[in-house]
Amino acid sequence: MDLTVIWAFIIAFAVFAYVVMDGFDLGIGILFPTFRVGQGRNRAMNSIAPVWDGNETWLVLGGGGLFAAFPLAYAVVLPATYPLIIAMLLGLVFRGVAFEYRWRDERHTKFWDLAFFGGSLIAAMSQGMTLGVLLQGIEVVDRAYAGSWWDWLTPYTLLTGAGTVAGYALLGSTWLIWKLDKGVQRHARYVAMRSAIATIVLMGAVSLYNIFLNAEYADRWLSAPEVYLAAPVPILTAIIAIALLRSIARGSDHTPFWLAIALFFLGMAGLGVTMFPYIVPPGLTIWDAAAPESSQIFMLVGVAITMPLIIGYTAWAYWVFRGKVGEEGYH
Amino acid sequence: MFDQLDALLLARIQFAFTVSFHFIFPSFSIGLASYLAVLEGLWLKTGKQVYLDLFKYWIKIFAIAFAMGVVSGIVMSYQFGTNWAVFSDKAGPVIGPLMAYEVLTAFFLEAGFLGVMLFGMNKVGKKLHFFATLMVALGTLVSATWILSVNSWMQTPVGFEMGANGQFLPGDSWWDIVFNPSFPYRLAHTVTASYLVVAFVVGAVGAWHLLKDKTNPQARKMFSMAMWMAALVAPLQIGLGDMHGLNTLEHQPQKVMAMEGHFDSHPDGAPLILFGIPNSAEKRVDYAIEIPKASSLILKHDLDAPMAGLDTIPDDQEPPVGIVFWSFRIMVGIGFAMMGLGMWSLFARWRKGLYEWTWLHRAAIVMGPSGFVAVIAGWITTEVGRQPYVIYGLLRTADAASPLDAPAVAASLLAFVLIYFAVFGAGVWYILRLMGKPPATGEVEANHGYDGPIRTAGITPGPTQNPGQAETLPSDRRDA
Repeated sequence: MDLTVIWAFIIAFAVFAYVVMDGFDLGIGILFPTFRVGQGRNRAMNSIAPVWDGNETWLVLGGGGLFAAFPLAYAVVLPATYPLIIAMLLGLVFRGVAFEYRWRDERHTKFWDLAFFGGSLIAAMSQGMTLGVLLQGIEVVDRAYAGSWWDWLTPYTLLTGAGTVAGYALLGSTWLIWKLDKGVQRHARYVAMRSAIATIVLMGAVSLYNIFLNAEYADRWLSAPEVYLAAPVPILTAIIAIALLRSIARGSDHTPFWLAIALFFLGMAGLGVTMFPYIVPPGLTIWDAAAPESSQIFMLVGVAITMPLIIGYTAWAYWVFRGKVGEEGYH
Repeated sequence: MFDQLDALLLARIQFAFTVSFHFIFPSFSIGLASYLAVLEGLWLKTGKQVYLDLFKYWIKIFAIAFAMGVVSGIVMSYQFGTNWAVFSDKAGPVIGPLMAYEVLTAFFLEAGFLGVMLFGMNKVGKKLHFFATLMVALGTLVSATWILSVNSWMQTPVGFEMGANGQFLPGDSWWDIVFNPSFPYRLAHTVTASYLVVAFVVGAVGAWHLLKDKTNPQARKMFSMAMWMAALVAPLQIGLGDMHGLNTLEHQPQKVMAMEGHFDSHPDGAPLILFGIPNSAEKRVDYAIEIPKASSLILKHDLDAPMAGLDTIPDDQEPPVGIVFWSFRIMVGIGFAMMGLGMWSLFARWRKGLYEWTWLHRAAIVMGPSGFVAVIAGWITTEVGRQPYVIYGLLRTADAASPLDAPAVAASLLAFVLIYFAVFGAGVWYILRLMGKPPATGEVEANHGYDGPIRTAGITPGPTQNPGQAETLPSDRRDA
């Protein structure tokens, strides 16, 4: 396997780690208004306060890693999705500071709760729409974005945006089922069921849309021999989806969260099948956009050394704050 | 109505605005993280309550500053691509890996241990908590190291070769790239600046509370610690700045020419212009007050050493003189004022007046924000002094921007300005409010009102939230 492919997998891993980890805490922001002011909201926020910063670091790794490993892709995708990226960044500003500010200013707690919700929603929507822009294809001429600056706004990108919002809400609510108890947990379960249904429907809609979006995508999913490789993805997705709905309905504690992650993993695998080896469809492959071998090797050494450590101490941080978030915080 | 030039100018304003805002927070949190590590270390070593009180007092402020630094920093990591796509494409193979290393070795470290540092003292025990604090402090320093390596490479690019596709490609040795010629000086100067920023903020807060109550033990301790830093580190910083300046003279002569206001060459000793108004149109400094030959003495250590001026540089390669000239003087002026306050405090300490002399305390309050001003002024000096290049001598800023329409950049710039002032203004207000409260014995980590966040399960018992157990302190609290 060549280095460029390895790097494509590393970036995909960073994106997946980001989507799952910041996904559940953005999801909690999206669902924030549905929780009752006071205990409900405080406990929801407390369940992520110690880890949100680490979760968001994966976004910086995704961006920084793309810059380093596929500089041309970074230089094309970001101008193409300019308004979305700016909106996402500003959304993250609002929700990030809300973690601290809402405790500092009782008179304005409501405002910062709104900022937490609005910022999370905008960030999630923008990320989903950015994925849509990428999949619908970006026009590149002479190593630069050549489209217009409204290309990001289409029915398709709105659909992928909505799917991402629903998916994050699913991750957030299933995380809360795990971390909370009593009435707040019951509420999380209620929201999780609705988010799960919305996520499954929207995932299906995006998948169908993909087939009509681009003939090459259709080939990969519908014609032999590619279909033999691709077919397990939708089949497994259907199985996981059913298991997820049942586990929420049965009142499981942490199973729904893991199944929601599995659903995202399959979504990511489907994305891989659809896009590989393109990093910026329809024109740029990972090899077109890749950094030179010397850069790839230099960074690979760093990843090989630091990634096990990062995963280790991140896991430790989660372990320290394990268990249900009680009314007075962690037990 | 807009043409490409306007989009470029807007993009430059946006970058300058967002990076200046961002830079304020890490320059504070780098120094503050180290200060917190020192406080916690002293507490563990001596067992004295005052250090723990100070630790808890400042960690509340740190939490807000760090959050602002994180969210404004994420903006920076994407803005290279959104607004400077050509630069990103061309320079990505060289500086991208350095920034990836910053994420891998610094950002994760800070973020991974921050939760434990802020919320985990009663969960992991003192020693492990101290370890978490050390890791956060180390992370801030490692982060500064990588990002200043990137910036230094853009100032003094070496160790690369040009690819056929127009990209800068790494040469044989990454060592050359990381340890490029201006990097060690810039790193030392910037990290020291961050320590001074915090020293003067802590000094001002201590002085404020001393003016109200000279006997407050925590205020006395923080003021004393801050004044030691001012007395010892400000002179060190002036020395480091001098070395950094000599390095700049060697590698970026026209930046120094602009800093000095030397429009003309001086074949037998250049004057040091103390003040004056640079007049770029006429290529002279109006109303200049100068010390003859002193510039040659400082920069070449020889009164009669010849110094080239901007007349030797083609006009289209000159940085904007006025901005660089003034920002440099502001930085240097503050540096000497800092040293002056440090000396004054030494004298006061010797005369047993450190906690008594109210004029010293008032001066320390006035100097509280001076570190931030100096840091921004220094940053402007080095960044504007690099113009018209983004990669010095090789890639012009004008050729590095994304192909964006002016209205798109204008809209984003407006959004950044409005939101940054509102959000970070609120954060600064919350920080000032925390600073306005006097530090107290038995300082709590946070007091979050009716049913606060998870900290209430930790050091703070959180009585209103947990009325039945309000009298039951967690075990760590008792030996705290």
